[in-house]
Amino acid sequence: MPKNLKQLSHTPLRLTGGHRLCPGCGEPIVVRQVLMATDDPVIAASCTGCLEVSTTIFPYTAWNIPWIHIAFENAAATIAGIEAMYKAHKARAAKGTPLPDYIDPDADYKFVAFAGDGGTYDIGFQSLSGATERGHQFLYVCLNNEAYMNTGIQRSSATPMGGHTTTSPAGSVIPGKQQHQKDLTACMAAHDMPYVAQSIPGRWRDLTRKAEKAFAIDGPTFINVLTPCPLGWRLAPEMTPEISQLAADTCMWPLYEVEDGQWKLTYKPKEKKPIEEYLEPQGRFRHLFRDEKGAEMRQKMQEWADYKWNQLLERCGEQ
Amino acid sequence: MPEVKPMEGNQAVAEAMRQINPDAVAAYPITPSTEIVQTFAQFVADGEVDTNFVAVESEHSAMSACTAAAAAGGRVMNVTSANGLALMWEILYITASLRQPVILTVVNRALSGNINIHCDHSDTMGARDAGWIQLYGENVQEAYDNLIQAVVIGEREDVRLPVMSCLDGFLVSHSYELLQVEDDEAVQEFIGPYQPRYPLLDIENPITMGPLDLWDFYFEHKRDQWEAYGPAKQAIIEVGQAFGEEFGRPYGLMEKYHLDDADFVVMAMSSMAGTAKDAVETLREDGVKAGLLKLRAFRPFPSEEIVATLQNAAAVAICDRAASFGAETGPLYAETIAALYSAGMQIPCCNYIYGLGGRQVTPEEIVGIYRDLERIAAEGQPSQPLQFLGVRG
Repeated sequence: MPKNLKQLSHTPLRLTGGHRLCPGCGEPIVVRQVLMATDDPVIAASCTGCLEVSTTIFPYTAWNIPWIHIAFENAAATIAGIEAMYKAHKARAAKGTPLPDYIDPDADYKFVAFAGDGGTYDIGFQSLSGATERGHQFLYVCLNNEAYMNTGIQRSSATPMGGHTTTSPAGSVIPGKQQHQKDLTACMAAHDMPYVAQSIPGRWRDLTRKAEKAFAIDGPTFINVLTPCPLGWRLAPEMTPEISQLAADTCMWPLYEVEDGQWKLTYKPKEKKPIEEYLEPQGRFRHLFRDEKGAEMRQKMQEWADYKWNQLLERCGEQ
Repeated sequence: MPEVKPMEGNQAVAEAMRQINPDAVAAYPITPSTEIVQTFAQFVADGEVDTNFVAVESEHSAMSACTAAAAAGGRVMNVTSANGLALMWEILYITASLRQPVILTVVNRALSGNINIHCDHSDTMGARDAGWIQLYGENVQEAYDNLIQAVVIGEREDVRLPVMSCLDGFLVSHSYELLQVEDDEAVQEFIGPYQPRYPLLDIENPITMGPLDLWDFYFEHKRDQWEAYGPAKQAIIEVGQAFGEEFGRPYGLMEKYHLDDADFVVMAMSSMAGTAKDAVETLREDGVKAGLLKLRAFRPFPSEEIVATLQNAAAVAICDRAASFGAETGPLYAETIAALYSAGMQIPCCNYIYGLGGRQVTPEEIVGIYRDLERIAAEGQPSQPLQFLGVRG
């Protein structure tokens, strides 16, 4: 049974307040929702990024669970190493060697990696692909804020077309990023892993339910969460949940899951909104509303969103 | 019963790994160390070890997974060479900084480019500042013995550092020699059980590992790390003695070959030391007071002990199997003369860079080095402080 809101609210905080993430940052919202979804012991790994630098400034930490950061491009290899050691001890115990006294023999340990889109789509993609293929038991959560926010808003392969970043700036000749984002969730589904999903922080039930499913699986699972960044998106901090909902309503970021190869929409907007409703509140797309070139860009983006939405509907058997 | 059998260096390393029976190995194959990974994978497949073997997709992930697995709480080993070590580079520093005693066998091989699969020490010399203990073995037996000792050295409470056990690619890794293989039980008894510090799997005592560490604490943490290398040196000495008492083959920071009365000293590491021993024997028959200082521990660098050993030498030739581009000498030379100078010693020294990319070194060439030393001692200083041994053009 999925936890209801009351049960979720009574779950002890595994990432406490007092961290130094920005007001309105989507990351701690996502991390808390994910970690609320299980009562089992959880060990977390993070790649280098905002979450890591803002929650662990020595000698302070916001983590109430064991947590490790090694480097930027290896969150998946890191969590795989921890899981491998757990499995090694369990396997030895099955052959009669006592478990180390610090491991609870009755508990079912969970392993989760939190990484940004830089550490997932780009520099850490190989590590994620490898760990997934090897079948380690972990939940990998991509805190996808669609650019390298920790280093100051540079483009990633998750940045949508038209997005202004400091390395895909909107200029007088080039209006922001020229390429569509990589469809990483589909890439991960193509690994034939047992569970893949997309979610947002603005629909807590969607995300916690997906995390619950993922944690229950003894294998690699992946949830790609669109995680608004008020600083990088030039967005009012209080709009974080709302803008993520608009991403779902415009089908710029559809909510779905792929469970054992079965694609399924988990949210279908009653009325598919035009992408402008999602773009307009965000300063990173402001230049697209200034001139004809911007309108052309918006047209391309709408066509892409439509194409990807129809592709998804087809995969989900909705067409 | 211990038995003596012919084995290649790679097989000997794999055999030691089987006897150590680590909790986890995450490794990626690369010439000339591939055979170790293959042999160990077969041990896993045949149930001869309990190890969780993770066949990762790169050396970067190998060292990342090893570091994390060690942090989780358990004994972890890894194997690589050359470019594989280079790909681990970033993580090597982190393994040491997190004080995780991961044990890495490096089968030394030239770094690209151009690509070359044969022996030199450019790979591990490049990693010399990463914070790992480095032991260099001369032959198959030492590769085996060093790996077993590495576990004990790295895991000691006052050390807690990762260890590289190095052997020469092809020259040792693919050479058959007679190896004394100790009993499995004796090896297990010598290494003892693993005692983790702050394991991540300790759910009741959660720790944050690898945090953001800024100007206000990072420096102190680095100084604390610096202080571990003194105990590390002591651990190499004590574990080497204990190994000698248990198995009859004592080890230390270095091997002194005919050094007691030596006027002319060659200083070298790894397999070249074996060749140099032949040269020393030849010269001794001719009445030349030749000696060899074979350095076993390059990190921590035993300055004090080197100074004490060389104090009566008339001239010293320091042999580097690596070039430090842009520097005026090889790394072993630079560190040795720094130690001598700091101790106020003015022994004439010269530097030979040799054997890059697997270039053969012959006993005759080493005899030639001793002849150079006789001249240097007579003249008071070398006419050529740096020479490339056996290079054309």
